[in-house]
Amino acid sequence: MSGRRVVVTGLGATTPIGGDVKTSWNALLAGTSGVRTLTEEWAQSISVQFAARVAVEPSEQMERVELRRLDRSEQFALIASREAWKDAGSPEMDKERLGVVIASGIGGVTTLLDQYDVYKEKGARLVSPHTVPMLMPNGPAANVGLELQARAGVHTPVSACASGAEAIGYAFDMIRNNRADVVVSGGVEAAIHVLPMAAFAAMKALSTRNDEPARASRPYDLNRDGFVLGEGGGVLILEEYEHAKARGATIYCEIAGQGLSSDGYHIAAPDPEGAGVQRAVKFALRDAGLTTKDIVHLNAHATSTPAGDVAEANALRLALGKDADHVAVSATKSMTGHLLGGAGAIESVFIVKTIQDRLAPPTINIENLDPAVTVDVVRDKPRALPTGDIAALNDSFGFGGHNVVLVFKSI
Amino acid sequence: MALAQADVLAGLKEIVEEVAGIPAASIELDKNFTEDLEVDSLSMVEVVVAAEERFGVKIPDEAVTDLVTVGDAVNFIVNAAK
Repeated sequence: MSGRRVVVTGLGATTPIGGDVKTSWNALLAGTSGVRTLTEEWAQSISVQFAARVAVEPSEQMERVELRRLDRSEQFALIASREAWKDAGSPEMDKERLGVVIASGIGGVTTLLDQYDVYKEKGARLVSPHTVPMLMPNGPAANVGLELQARAGVHTPVSACASGAEAIGYAFDMIRNNRADVVVSGGVEAAIHVLPMAAFAAMKALSTRNDEPARASRPYDLNRDGFVLGEGGGVLILEEYEHAKARGATIYCEIAGQGLSSDGYHIAAPDPEGAGVQRAVKFALRDAGLTTKDIVHLNAHATSTPAGDVAEANALRLALGKDADHVAVSATKSMTGHLLGGAGAIESVFIVKTIQDRLAPPTINIENLDPAVTVDVVRDKPRALPTGDIAALNDSFGFGGHNVVLVFKSI
Repeated sequence: MALAQADVLAGLKEIVEEVAGIPAASIELDKNFTEDLEVDSLSMVEVVVAAEERFGVKIPDEAVTDLVTVGDAVNFIVNAAK
């Protein structure tokens, strides 16, 4: 390896529990659910009538003309990136050394479907000329790259619900491999629309707890019945360590390693043996030069599906062994819902805040912990983490059998 | 149906403001769409389609390249409606 270390120097987010990082983080520590009953008329036509919409509408954060030309996923990307870039001190730098890696699991799906409605109702001539730049999955990354004039490369890995984490890993490699000094990285999703929801519902992947939406996302609870669709996005500014030091940037923590693997098992179901997840954890720790003893916290993928949560917990127990006893596991999707391609990104933002504040966020809605879950879950209220050098993991998995594990450590 | 130049200008101002976010007050006959008003090629398509709908005229693609200023568009629409 090149010896180039990668640190986090800026954070941005717009989530179902807050329009920025500070509000989202405080809501997370307070155990606030961002899940609400949908007021759209179409919600009555499907079996799931709730979701986790962003707490602050983009219309309150952007100009009207920008809104008109950008898909909602692109709006989230710009909102989170502007916050993160400012948080990093808006670095003055050679733009040929600035990259952007922002993922989305589904891309501009609402634009695609809305414009199809325009075509059917009004004809081809009235289809918006902005449709293609709005629906392309690389649109969020491209718009951020354009705004910041990034010229080292703009990329969009797509791996369903692992996309956001994979984007951060790709950005990490861009800096390690000396392609860039600063990379704006993260993930976004904006898929709360009748068709994606009907499709996830058809897979029986979504919770149908319509009478108690705020209690529907309940990872590790015995009576969990599926995930809750969320929207929003998270962005981290990754920067080469010496570059960050030289400009006097505030450094949150280091990204020390990543582990990638694939299951080769099923297009949507998790491998019950969790072999792929275990390998990803092992690769990530080896890449970081750490051992299971160094890990004190893990922000889990844990989406609240009956099969997924237990498969993941089993795999983590096997990968971490006895050291799993001192890993505080948080399932923040209990509050944010599942942001698909944005999930790994907002959860990475939360890990950075966890390391900074030494507080692992709670997992809410566990009434009866599933006895099959053998990891140490942080329940109901935040848990203090040790002082001194600590490290934490984020794991993200996507339909298709994609496994991504990122390692963050204090600096 | 004949259209008055002033009415067409007023309508076009509304369209450009809606599409490109340019305040109607700053849109004048001598303004260049791309250089002064920052209406890019995609947004120009939107302006043209909205103008066709509003004024009931047809603006062929080959004519659009000649619509450099707001005045060019106003004149084209007035003539097309005669």
